[in-house]
Amino acid sequence: MIARPKHQRLVLVVLALLSVLGAVLLAMWGLKDRAAYFYTPADVVAGKAVAGKAVRLGGMVERGSVKRDRDGVTTRFMVEDGEARVLVSYRGILPDLFREGSGVVAEGKLAPDQTFVADNILAKHDERYMPPELGNQAAEHKVGQTLKR
Amino acid sequence: MIPEAGLSAIWLAAALSLLGLFLSIAHVRGKLEADRPVRALAMVQGLLCLIAFAMLVIVFARTDLSVALVAENSHSAKPLIYKIAGAWGNHEGSMLLWVTVLGVSGAALAIFSRQLPSRTLVAALGAQAALALGFHAFLLFASNPFARLDPAPLEGRGLNPLLQDPGLAFHPPTLYLGYVGLSVAFSLAVGAMLAGDVDRQLARAMRPWVLGAWIFLTLGITAGSYWAYYELGWGGWWFWDPVENASLMPWLAATALLHSVAVLAARNALKAWTMMLAVIAFSMSMVGTFLVRSGILTSVHAFAVDPTRGAFILGLLGIYVTAAFVLFAVRAGSLREGAPFELVSREAGIVVNNLLLTVILGIVFIGTLYPLMAEALSGEKLSVGAPYFDSVAGPLAILLGILLAFGPLLSWRQEKRPIFRKLALPALCAATALVIAFLAMPQASILSRLGLALAAGLIPAAILPLTGRNPLRTPLATWGMVIAHLGAAVSVAGMAADSAFTTEKLTAVRLGETVDVGPWLVRFENVSPVAGPNWTALEAELRASRGGGVHVLRPQSRFFTDPPTETNEAAIQTVLGGQLYTVLGQADQEGRWQLRLWWKPMVTLIWLGGMLVGLGGLLALIGHSMRVWRRRRAASL
Repeated sequence: MIARPKHQRLVLVVLALLSVLGAVLLAMWGLKDRAAYFYTPADVVAGKAVAGKAVRLGGMVERGSVKRDRDGVTTRFMVEDGEARVLVSYRGILPDLFREGSGVVAEGKLAPDQTFVADNILAKHDERYMPPELGNQAAEHKVGQTLKR
Repeated sequence: MIPEAGLSAIWLAAALSLLGLFLSIAHVRGKLEADRPVRALAMVQGLLCLIAFAMLVIVFARTDLSVALVAENSHSAKPLIYKIAGAWGNHEGSMLLWVTVLGVSGAALAIFSRQLPSRTLVAALGAQAALALGFHAFLLFASNPFARLDPAPLEGRGLNPLLQDPGLAFHPPTLYLGYVGLSVAFSLAVGAMLAGDVDRQLARAMRPWVLGAWIFLTLGITAGSYWAYYELGWGGWWFWDPVENASLMPWLAATALLHSVAVLAARNALKAWTMMLAVIAFSMSMVGTFLVRSGILTSVHAFAVDPTRGAFILGLLGIYVTAAFVLFAVRAGSLREGAPFELVSREAGIVVNNLLLTVILGIVFIGTLYPLMAEALSGEKLSVGAPYFDSVAGPLAILLGILLAFGPLLSWRQEKRPIFRKLALPALCAATALVIAFLAMPQASILSRLGLALAAGLIPAAILPLTGRNPLRTPLATWGMVIAHLGAAVSVAGMAADSAFTTEKLTAVRLGETVDVGPWLVRFENVSPVAGPNWTALEAELRASRGGGVHVLRPQSRFFTDPPTETNEAAIQTVLGGQLYTVLGQADQEGRWQLRLWWKPMVTLIWLGGMLVGLGGLLALIGHSMRVWRRRRAASL
């Protein structure tokens, strides 16, 4: 196939535009069911989180709720936001700054029995490192407000 | 006085870049002959940036607490290397480093690219001065690294312990050399479009910059990935964190640019295409800088949350990118037509490479910015992670790998030989691996099985361009290409193997108990307190054996005092065949300690491959530079 110069330039432009369009379509298709939404315990209790779908749960670790299973590596604790509480179960080593009464984000799925099974726990570090949802957002603000009351 | 000297240097550099910008505009419009002054200004401006940066390093090395930045980010009890690294381990200092690299790049452009037509070079230096001016203004008005604190505190607040790591001390400078080195490609593209001289000579002048920046980006990303791997203690090597993506996006664009600039240099084709990629590549560097430095993402890399800074960088980004795109739209049509090529040719292969890289870039870009957009527009909070990036970008990366197997074998302009016969061996290797992976490893993900098969074919295929050549007579640049492609194949092998073969054990054990993970038996011997210069730790002693010799691993749980923080220090044993990765958790009331162990066969190949890619780039850079030097010497004789 011999392409004349003008023709060739046109082909390249069309290819470039098609690839950009393709990237956008692929990304939209991928984001539709692969983005993990962020919920508070109140959202979960209200039924906003669909069981079995990857989501993030953020709130405070309820004081006195942290219990370790007999296997020594599964931890269960309640995450609360002042309005509602959700039981979280996590198999793994907790992050260094995981504390009762302090902020936490759990990544995982809601089981059919409404337990949140976490694959990963992000704890609030010092003021310079924190999961984005705990940094500047309504979740913590709301939590803080409710706890003060 | 030292901080004031540094601040004055920035002011002076800003003034000189403004002057340089005006002079270069006048030169390009033919109003006056300003070739020499513009070049001299670029050199002096680079020197001033270096002086300002040196002043900041001195202030940090001496822990001058009257400087606000030092008081907030350093501590007198820190080891000297981290005091020095602390100079760029914070927002203001890292932006000064960024600007310094920008200034020094402009100076180097003025020194080394004299073979370009004067109008192109002066216009490029003008573009570089315009970039410098904006970022100098950012330093001076929104992010002054030398601001004083009165009264000075008695002690500083310390550096985030996660950042107190020798690898990380040199991670940002490496990445910045890559990010900002791409500014020269951007400026050269802008300069060439303004002057109307987009040709092979421009490509030859641009190529070393693209190669150099790309080498630093490759090494920076490789090092950053290894840092995340051993420092975070999660056993993973890439988390699709926005900050990681911020460095991946310029790399993807630079990789595409690297290939298309080679077409322009060799065949005088893909002119507008290459200029576009040069603009996109540095735009991605600025997007990365915006993401990391604006505080819009709160993570270990994002230091301060100050909306004026984010708005400032976003404004600069908007101005520069819009200006470059408008220039492109106006001038692209007037570029002379490039040399034609056939559907089956090396040029066409590189076009497909560029298209795939661009689509991957678009997918990463959208996935990274989507959470920010969604929150800004609908207030919904969400995150996009591995499930999206792996499943959407992964298959495209596999396609890119398949193209890599035969692309380098194609000849320029038109392929007439039957090249597919050469590919029999790689195809056989890949097919065998594919059959084994699908029959014997039902538990592994499809992507990792495809990755293993791809790597099995790609490793022999990458070497094919050397067959039938005398190794001593093969140009260095060809060696570079082969080694870089081999590195990519090795890296793919490591990634796929890590995903397919890793075994993990999470358990709680008492002293003296033994745990098995993969082929290893790990005995939990002891836990004892240890102390470092600014931390104390609980350290476990693990004896790991598989058949023969015994390896002792000492994972720690570390407590830092300034600022008070805890970190997990994983202990990793590298052996032939892989890495044993151990993390110590907490103790419970019954005296059991949590241990998390991974046996990761072939995982080391990920970073070994990254280093090979960088080495290949370096060989190509040396090869091309020697050729240019020889040509210039021949011309002057």
